[in-house]
Amino acid sequence: MNNNLYNYILGIADNSLILGQRLGELCGHGPSLETDIACTNISLDLFGQVRSYFQYAAQIANDGRSEDTIAMLRTERQYVNVLLVEQPNVDFAYTITRQFLFDVYHYKFLVQLQKSNDATLAAIAKKSIKEVSYHLRFSSDWIKRLGDGTEDSHNRIQNAVNDLWAYTDELFHQTPADKTMIAEGIGVDTLKFKDNYFKEATEVLIEATLVVPDLEYFQKGGKEGVHTEHLGYLLAEMQYMQRTYPNMKW
Amino acid sequence: MSEAQIKSLEEEFEARIARNEKIEPKDWMPEKYRKTHIRQMSQHAHSEIVGMLPEGNWITRAPSLRRKVALLAKVQDEAGHGLYLYSATETLGVSRDELFEQLHTGKAKYSSIFNYPTVTWADMGAIGWLVDGAAIINQVPLCGASYGPYARAMVRVCKEESFHQRQGYELILTLAKGTPEQKEMAQDALNRFWWPALMMFGPRDDDSPNTEQSMKWKLKRKTNDELRQQFIDQTVPQAELIGLTIPDPDLKWNEDKGGYDSGKINWDEFWQVVKGHGPCNKKRMNTRVAAWENGQWVRDAAIAHREKQEQRKMNKTA
Amino acid sequence: MKKEWPLWEVFVRSKNGLEHRHFGSLHAADADMALVNARDVYTRRSEGVSIWVVESKHIKASNPEHNGELFEPAQDKVYRHPTFYDLPDEIKHM
Repeated sequence: MNNNLYNYILGIADNSLILGQRLGELCGHGPSLETDIACTNISLDLFGQVRSYFQYAAQIANDGRSEDTIAMLRTERQYVNVLLVEQPNVDFAYTITRQFLFDVYHYKFLVQLQKSNDATLAAIAKKSIKEVSYHLRFSSDWIKRLGDGTEDSHNRIQNAVNDLWAYTDELFHQTPADKTMIAEGIGVDTLKFKDNYFKEATEVLIEATLVVPDLEYFQKGGKEGVHTEHLGYLLAEMQYMQRTYPNMKW
Repeated sequence: MSEAQIKSLEEEFEARIARNEKIEPKDWMPEKYRKTHIRQMSQHAHSEIVGMLPEGNWITRAPSLRRKVALLAKVQDEAGHGLYLYSATETLGVSRDELFEQLHTGKAKYSSIFNYPTVTWADMGAIGWLVDGAAIINQVPLCGASYGPYARAMVRVCKEESFHQRQGYELILTLAKGTPEQKEMAQDALNRFWWPALMMFGPRDDDSPNTEQSMKWKLKRKTNDELRQQFIDQTVPQAELIGLTIPDPDLKWNEDKGGYDSGKINWDEFWQVVKGHGPCNKKRMNTRVAAWENGQWVRDAAIAHREKQEQRKMNKTA
Repeated sequence: MKKEWPLWEVFVRSKNGLEHRHFGSLHAADADMALVNARDVYTRRSEGVSIWVVESKHIKASNPEHNGELFEPAQDKVYRHPTFYDLPDEIKHM
């Protein structure tokens, strides 16, 4: 089995898995019916992508693992999503900011992944990019509405940006698996669009009348499996059935 | 308008419905028709929205990714159905905010079935199979309702609903065919949801005073007891097929009537839940109200943003 | 503040070659939001290739009370219909 490729896929898919799970928590609790339906759509897109990635990973592992065991039967330290996506739904401002900061990255990432030497990854990217392009539009529009809305909404979204900005730098950290895959023309060299990421995210925030935090220190660790305390609870819920009733078909 | 004029308008109105003509929003209609429709349609919409909660309860814990996306899509559909129905109700001159207000203050009712808790994963199957099954039986005739917007909304709802019952039955079937633990979980869910599902068709015909009027306006095509019988006859063989037992010792095939005889429904429990004392009435309402109140600043912000944008546009052209 | 998001009417073209048809309505704060909401609410099952949204208040509707003067005068203008004209039986298609 190609361990580097396997781990590389997990690195991509875990982001969508954990973010999809977070959005799934909101289903039925949105600020309006229309917004509820929209957030669920994004969640469904992400889970769809996750399934494609994990089915491919299971095929590479070829040892009886399935999309579900990969998704639900790892330990906390084996999840390699970035810290950003596991941050909780404190309020709609956090949900939108987390989405936006990830979408800008996700879109740029998929543009590059379409050119991957790995045909399966390139195909998944090609399909996903249409979905993510819509996510980005949705979250950018909401950043602007909330930033340039009422005083209350402005303060809330500014707070969310202040808190979540610290998790942006990690998007561009590269693990050993990442580096190997980049060298083989399979992986995406994220550093190549890092400047562009910050430029575009900043543009939207400024248009939304928000201030971009000037941070000296950023948070990191997710990609090495060292997570914030939030992830454990998310996993406890997500894994509950598979852990309680092992080896069953659902 | 004189009383005689109103009476003649009413007669013409009833005649139109009897001729199978549809009533559209701007047509003249008796006040009672309008009010009854607002009540029934909004109650239906509320049921969809509150109904998202017992199932939404298991989205984060679904046992497989395939089940998770199916459940998410289903709960999302319910939001959509609520939305179609609220929109149709709004054509009668009441706003969605007013309807929410009625729900949140307890003035409006919703289907009591959603006041029962979903305690295991198998309940997702029981809800899809039994609750959506019962809902479809109730809803299909409404595609021919006399009020145009309601009938059109119901056509859309019924089209989408058919996947819900199938996914529920497939889910429970998988459990029934699974390990002893899974089968027990499925049987337990059937035991808990069977009677509440039967109650979804409403009180016995003898205790249902509005039936005649509703039949005339095509808000109903069959009586509560007829629909309940149809549901029992349809569901019993489905349970047998997958080896589950309907929790009714008095259930027996009656050759003469070509349907099942069944045991007594606990109507005390029915009225208790209707009156707000079911296991989850308070929790459901608190959750809805919290979602609405927590969303207020978001809705306000979006309006404020639009007004600012328009102001800017005006300043530019001025 | 407590202002309700306005109501929008949604028109969807199911596929190219067909006209936009009224699908229903929804609430949105602005036109962009109405468009994305319409996409999420009314085209989840590939029902459309094009969407129009218009704020409901901009629609001017005819009043059913005027149906007599608006639509009944057309009823006796049978000469507008092909069946009004007698042709020899030998002419099969015209």
